[in-house]
Amino acid sequence: MAASAAVRSSMGLTLRLSRVIPDCSTCPFHRLKSCVGIVANSLRNRSFDNFQTINRHLQTSIGLYHSEEGTSGAEDSDDVVNVVYVDRSGKRIPIKAKVGDNVLYLAHKHGIELEGACEASLACSTCQVYVSPAHYDKLPEPDEREDDMLDMAPMLQENSRLGCQITLTPELEGMELTLPKVTRNFYVDGHVPKPH
Amino acid sequence: MSTLSVFKIYPQNPCFRLWSLSLSVSKAQGSSSLNTRSDSGSDGSDCPEPLSLTRDNCTVRITVFQLKMSGHKLLFSGLKFWTPGSNKWINRLHDGVKRSGTVSFSSGNPKVCIVGSGPAGFYTAQHLIKARQDVEVDIYERLPVPFGLVRFGVAPDHPEVKNVINTFTQTANHSRCSFYGNVNVGKDVSVEELQQAYHAVVLSYGAEGNRSMGVPGEDLAGVYSAKDFVGWYNGLPSCRELSPDLSCETAVVLGQGNVALDVARILLCPLDILKSTDITQLALEALAESKVRRVLIVGRRGPVQVACTIKELREMVNLPDTRPEMVAADFEGVQEAVNDLPRPRKRLTELMLKTAMEVPGEKEQERRKKASRVWGFRFFRSPVEVLSDPDHKRTAGIRLAINMLEGSGESARAVLTGEVEDVTCGLVISSIGYKSLPIDASVPFDSHRAIVPNIMGRVQQATGLYCSGWLKTGPTGVIATTMNNSFDTARSVVEDMDSRRLDVSAGKPGSQSISALLDERGVKPVLFSDWEKIDALETRRGEAIGKPREKLLTVEEMLLEARK
Repeated sequence: MAASAAVRSSMGLTLRLSRVIPDCSTCPFHRLKSCVGIVANSLRNRSFDNFQTINRHLQTSIGLYHSEEGTSGAEDSDDVVNVVYVDRSGKRIPIKAKVGDNVLYLAHKHGIELEGACEASLACSTCQVYVSPAHYDKLPEPDEREDDMLDMAPMLQENSRLGCQITLTPELEGMELTLPKVTRNFYVDGHVPKPH
Repeated sequence: MSTLSVFKIYPQNPCFRLWSLSLSVSKAQGSSSLNTRSDSGSDGSDCPEPLSLTRDNCTVRITVFQLKMSGHKLLFSGLKFWTPGSNKWINRLHDGVKRSGTVSFSSGNPKVCIVGSGPAGFYTAQHLIKARQDVEVDIYERLPVPFGLVRFGVAPDHPEVKNVINTFTQTANHSRCSFYGNVNVGKDVSVEELQQAYHAVVLSYGAEGNRSMGVPGEDLAGVYSAKDFVGWYNGLPSCRELSPDLSCETAVVLGQGNVALDVARILLCPLDILKSTDITQLALEALAESKVRRVLIVGRRGPVQVACTIKELREMVNLPDTRPEMVAADFEGVQEAVNDLPRPRKRLTELMLKTAMEVPGEKEQERRKKASRVWGFRFFRSPVEVLSDPDHKRTAGIRLAINMLEGSGESARAVLTGEVEDVTCGLVISSIGYKSLPIDASVPFDSHRAIVPNIMGRVQQATGLYCSGWLKTGPTGVIATTMNNSFDTARSVVEDMDSRRLDVSAGKPGSQSISALLDERGVKPVLFSDWEKIDALETRRGEAIGKPREKLLTVEEMLLEARK
């Protein structure tokens, strides 16, 4: 009870801090909001050490934020890798990415619905993508653990890879990453499709 | 004069919750209704976001501060309404909040209820929330704790698989998603009542039953279902008292799926590995005393038909302090067939062949020689009878019928040869599959296939009723399979809303009326913020003994912590 009271009061503090910044999206202070967000996050991390899971979670997203910051620039043309995601409805989404970007997190950053259930720890196959054949051969061979996971992937194809294991390099310029199509009809009668 | 209607107050809720805000602003010329909501950013950002709405000459400026915290999902420190008519700020809601402690509002949005908070439930919720910006989702769960088989099924030595909890937590913390644990649908509240309160009800309560062998002796002491055994080491409250007898040397696991391999691996796993996982302390102590040194994994059909996947097999092959013990005759003709198999089956079979037939390298030979524990597949065998000791009390062995295959490949059938074989063992764990059970007489159920009959997740002859996960497809597949199948059901729901096949034009009360019903019946739901208290306690307890978590083992303990 005491802990939760402390939590509440320190949150009040954070709140008040946040309120100093005007909440107007057009004024120049708006940009500061993200900074406040970070300050608030770190403040909170310090205040709530006993809430481990949440902390870990928050830190993950902060980490992600930084990595996104690091990759969002793409100003230097040597570093740019143009890739195209083809989402489950068939829509093409071209993205100007950077050398070193990870295909799973790049998708997340651009709101493409590629799941990463195990968070790139090679314990699921939810981030499966089909890689354009010309680029598939340029990828390093999947390691055994990735192959094991691919074996469990629904709708496995010859050019399947796990998005979380693909890091962009200059040779992957123009790569197309297709998300497995909507699988609806397979499950009508409880039948589970056999992988290819 | 502007008035503010607060639709529902939940005094039992210790924190402020704002799902969506519905304001009625009465004016001289009549009344208009404003609906707005506080959507959290997809990244869960904690920045205060102002929402402005204009309707009927009435401007409402609302500043909603959101904080996503353990136990404090949303807080809003100030709500101000300004109307040109009265030209003044009204701060009443803020006061209202202070007075009541908690408020929640109803809206005219489509409301979907999900029964069961395992992967199927959460993935369905996730897709619904993403696909439509107005859908509100409530997830009901029988236990006070969420995540179903991710918590109670996934093996403790597979923590990476449990990372998906982070995604589910994000969904649960979404402003349009609520979790109500400790609500037993079918008992505390009926499916029909849920259907009255919600536009759509999605059943995703999984497969909690297990298929039984149907052989004499299966009630003997020393015979367990894998479902109970897994529930026991994973801390499922209903399996806490199982206390399996591990005093024998040989255990027989019937079935060759991933659950069977999980059970075999846990039985043989060195304690040093297990003690840093979230396996329950109770199970850990029992396993420390275990005398089991040999586990036979028995299947009806041959090596080319095993149901496990390669990851689990490889873990067995590489399990420290164990060596494989296979029967070479079982692999006759397999080498010849392997090249024609589809890729996953081919790699799996190759690994099995390598383990069973190849002469291992020097290092591996050394490892196998030192190993104190043994595991092995036994193919072409079906259980006929569990044999008892002379007192007819305990398991002493199992009689297996010897089969041969008719046909080949995945569709090959096991046929009895008429011969039998007795295996001495003191522990039999049957892992021949889970089975869904009917929840409510009003829901159609195909008892032969043990699923709810459906077309793409739409329950047949029941508008507004859907199913996803194992209840929809039967209990097979990994998490990626369940994810796809749940997304598909969510797509069906959204399609039906868009096509007006599902009428969402009339407002439904959603959790308001269900909460009232539950209150009447003395059922107190556990909210997600309450679960976070349990989670924090479990994590703290785990930390003290070098584990990621030490689970609470009874519903009572969970409720006690949730209500602190």
